[in-house]
Amino acid sequence: MRRVAVIGVGETKYGEHWEKSIRELAVEAGLRALEDAGISSEDLDAIVGGNMSAGSYTGQDHIGALIADFSGIADRHIPAIRVEAACGSGGAAIHVGFNLVASGMYDIVLVGGVEKQTDVGVDMSKEILAGASDREWEAFFGATFPALVAMMAKRYMYEYGDIREQMAMIPVMMHENAMNNPDAHFHRRITVDDVLNSPPIAEPFHLLDVAPVSDGAAAIILAPLDYARKNYDTVVELAGSAVATDYIGMHDRPSLITLAANVHASRKAFRMAGMEVRDLDLLELHDAFSFLPIVTLEDLGLAERGKGASLVEEGILSMDGDLPLSPSGGLKAKGHPVGATGVGQAVEAVWQLRGQAGKRQVPDAEKALIQSIGGTGATIAINLFRREK
Amino acid sequence: MVVPRHWREREHRYRLVATKCKICGRIYFPPRSVCPNCGRKSIGNMEKLQLSGNGTVYTYTIVHSGMNAFKLQKPYILAIIELEEGPRVTGQIVDAEPNEVYIGMPVRMVFRRIRQEGASGIIHYGYKFAPR
Repeated sequence: MRRVAVIGVGETKYGEHWEKSIRELAVEAGLRALEDAGISSEDLDAIVGGNMSAGSYTGQDHIGALIADFSGIADRHIPAIRVEAACGSGGAAIHVGFNLVASGMYDIVLVGGVEKQTDVGVDMSKEILAGASDREWEAFFGATFPALVAMMAKRYMYEYGDIREQMAMIPVMMHENAMNNPDAHFHRRITVDDVLNSPPIAEPFHLLDVAPVSDGAAAIILAPLDYARKNYDTVVELAGSAVATDYIGMHDRPSLITLAANVHASRKAFRMAGMEVRDLDLLELHDAFSFLPIVTLEDLGLAERGKGASLVEEGILSMDGDLPLSPSGGLKAKGHPVGATGVGQAVEAVWQLRGQAGKRQVPDAEKALIQSIGGTGATIAINLFRREK
Repeated sequence: MVVPRHWREREHRYRLVATKCKICGRIYFPPRSVCPNCGRKSIGNMEKLQLSGNGTVYTYTIVHSGMNAFKLQKPYILAIIELEEGPRVTGQIVDAEPNEVYIGMPVRMVFRRIRQEGASGIIHYGYKFAPR
């Protein structure tokens, strides 16, 4: 296995892109990553794209070939393949791209992610997203996506006590962080009261506990570590990459107070990278719902069982704390263009580790973890990044 | 969607028919053709089992912003029920007010209309749960 580096990153602004189609978004992000790497599309050996539901959202499937074509490289005839793992598609695509380079099969691989959600109405979007759960045995009976994660939070609070207010602090932090991210969907501060008093969605979640529907795209370019060392001054290694799965239906999982795929994927990724959780300088977690980072902190071993919320309260995860959570603004405030989200987290991680994150820079950041959750945790991708000194 | 997609699930959805692994005795609902405990050995060894429909609420939520198909029922109670035979199942709780539901509440399966596809499409029936 070869070691793998990220040599270029780029993303579109996240938000409601009424004027742009799915192909335009994907090409825009890809070109930015190529420009950042200082290479051109002719240098690519393969493309891997994370996307959940282009077929349902836009009627367009087969987007691997489409995006290669509209990137202007149809006559290069390189492989361009879509990877799907619901909301975890981005993280899973990174894992596939990592393996393509690590195996020696390809040298320069672009990993993209894209989702165009606003070509359908909100009701249709809810139906499409419900496809990330078990359609026949969860969604069929009225389980929306927020409702499923809400049931996880409800059980957690039954076992460990009320963490309603601590959960609400996460969206507040995310909106604060996003103030310094020009690519973020929202640039608006909110308070804990705003979260608690926003309309209820599925108890205990209110509207502001839940990530928005966004359009957007992101791309990173992977290459062998040796190539990166030869050609770039600052080198960021994709040091560990793992994907784990679990029962798709929440009702089949032995416990709802842990995401088993978190535990398995993170263990594997840390072992591969030769890193430990206490080495990390920042996290980009999948806060599609305010509860998810809390259970993830426990699954990663950063907090004891039942104590994830106190980590939030103690301020460790704020920008001036020891381990900043999602400087980008996270899914809640940077936005959640489903298939792009995991790749966008990698873009943020690389900017942070290179010291290019502007006003939201975590000082001297060297090691970062990103997490991408598919469905209610049936797929989780953990990717670890490390800057070479 | 076409009728067979729903028709093929009818005994599970209408009557809570589960599958039981003849090798290890574990019971699964929704039905499975492979036992996660016994793997390949279980193929061809999964038998049908009628569940009693009695269980308790394992967790629940009150859904305020639901899918269009359920808009007339909002707010509705969605729960994971732990059945007395062991498996857990996701379904709605009916014949109870949202503030009456609690984790551990005893419930029984009832047969109800679940959703329908527009004004002239298929009407889907299946299980919900009511207090017992």
